[in-house]
Amino acid sequence: MRMRTVGQVMGAAAVLLLCLGQGARTAPPQQPGAKKTQKPAPAPRRDISGIWDVANMLEGISPAGVKTHAPFTALGANIANNVYKPGDGPRKVPIGLVNDPLDSCDPAGFPRNLLFELRLFQIVPTSNQYLILYQYQQVWRVIWKDGREMPKDPDPRWYGYSVGKWADDYTFVVETAGMDDRTWLDNAGDPHSDAMHVEERYHRIDHDNMELTVKIDDPKFYTEPWLARDKLHLILRPANTEVMEMICAPTEAEEYKKTMANPVSQ
Amino acid sequence: MRKNVLGVLFGAIVLLAAAIPLPAHHGAAGFDVGKQLVMKGTVTEWQWANPHCFLKFDTTDDKGEVMHWAAEVSNPVSMTKRGWTRHSFNAGDQVTVTVRPAKNGIPVGQLMKVALADGQTLIGFDGPIP
Repeated sequence: MRMRTVGQVMGAAAVLLLCLGQGARTAPPQQPGAKKTQKPAPAPRRDISGIWDVANMLEGISPAGVKTHAPFTALGANIANNVYKPGDGPRKVPIGLVNDPLDSCDPAGFPRNLLFELRLFQIVPTSNQYLILYQYQQVWRVIWKDGREMPKDPDPRWYGYSVGKWADDYTFVVETAGMDDRTWLDNAGDPHSDAMHVEERYHRIDHDNMELTVKIDDPKFYTEPWLARDKLHLILRPANTEVMEMICAPTEAEEYKKTMANPVSQ
Repeated sequence: MRKNVLGVLFGAIVLLAAAIPLPAHHGAAGFDVGKQLVMKGTVTEWQWANPHCFLKFDTTDDKGEVMHWAAEVSNPVSMTKRGWTRHSFNAGDQVTVTVRPAKNGIPVGQLMKVALADGQTLIGFDGPIP
C-alpha cells in the first residue's frame, strides 16, 4: 500500500476548507434514490458554484483524445505526427515508447485537464474570482470575474490566464490565453501552440445540470476554430461529496515505468 | 525471451471479444488483446497508486518454476468505483487471476479480474464501467 501526501501549498486551500464547510450556496441537489419523476429546481441566476461531475465518466476521461478536431496546419501536423508519441488515440505507440510529459508528472495543464481525466471539480466563488478546484492532479485555476481585460501578452502558464463574464444569467463565458506550449491538448497527443485561445461556456440548465462547451482557437496549429467539448453534460454533486486525492507523484510514476511500462516495451 | 507463459495451471487461454476498457492513460498497445490467461497465484505485493494500481503475484508451473508477475488495473479513483480498496490484497493471499498478457511474453499484463479465496471476484479491465 502506498499513500502519498503532497506538500503543495495552495493559496486557495483555506478558501477551499471554508467553502466546503459552508456547503453549497444553493439548495442541495436531488439525492440518489429520489423519485425519477422529481424535476430539478430551476437554475439559480448567475451561479455555477458547486461540486460538478461529468455525467458520463468515460466521456469525461476521454482516454483516446478529442472526438474530432479541425485539420492541422503544417506546423501542427509535424508536431502531432513526428514529435509527440501518445499512449492512446490514432497515433498511439507502445507504453514504453510514450513521451507524454504527463508520464513524468508534468502538469496536465489547460485545457488538457478539461479534455482528459475531467473528473470531479469544484467551482468556488469569491468576491472577484471563480476558483475551480480539480480532483485530477489536485490543481486549481483562477478565473477573474471582476471585469478585467485579458492581458495583451500574458506570461506562459501551465493553466493559462483566465477572465470570465456572464453572457446571460445562466451562461458564464471564460477566455483563457497564455498557455504553456509544453502541454499537450489531450491524451491522443494533439498539440497546441502558445498562440492558442480557449473559450469555455458554462451553461446552467437547471439546478442540478450544466453544459460545458470548449472552443479551441489556435491558428498556428489548426486551420480554424473548433469545439473540443460540445455541451458536455455536467451534474451537480452534493456539497458533502468526498473528493478522493488523485496526484501524480514522480516516485510512483517511476515505479510504474520500472514495473510495467518498460517490460511491456522490451 | 520467454515465449510461453509459465504457471498456467488451468491451461485456459481464452480468446475473448474486447471488453469495455477501464480508463487508462495509455491504450492496450503492447498487450495481447485477443488473449487472456487464467492463473492461480500468491500475492506478493499490492500497490494502490497512481497512475495505475498493480498487483504482483507469483505463479508456479507443473515443473515447480516460479514466475513473478505484475499486472495493472486503473488508478485508485477508478478502482474505488469498482469496489477495490488499498486493503483488497495482502501478501500471501491465494488468488485466481485473469490477465491480458504482454505480447512479448514477459510476465506483465493487464488484470481483467481477480477471484479471491473467499469467493469474491474483483473486476479489473473486464466488465462494464460502473
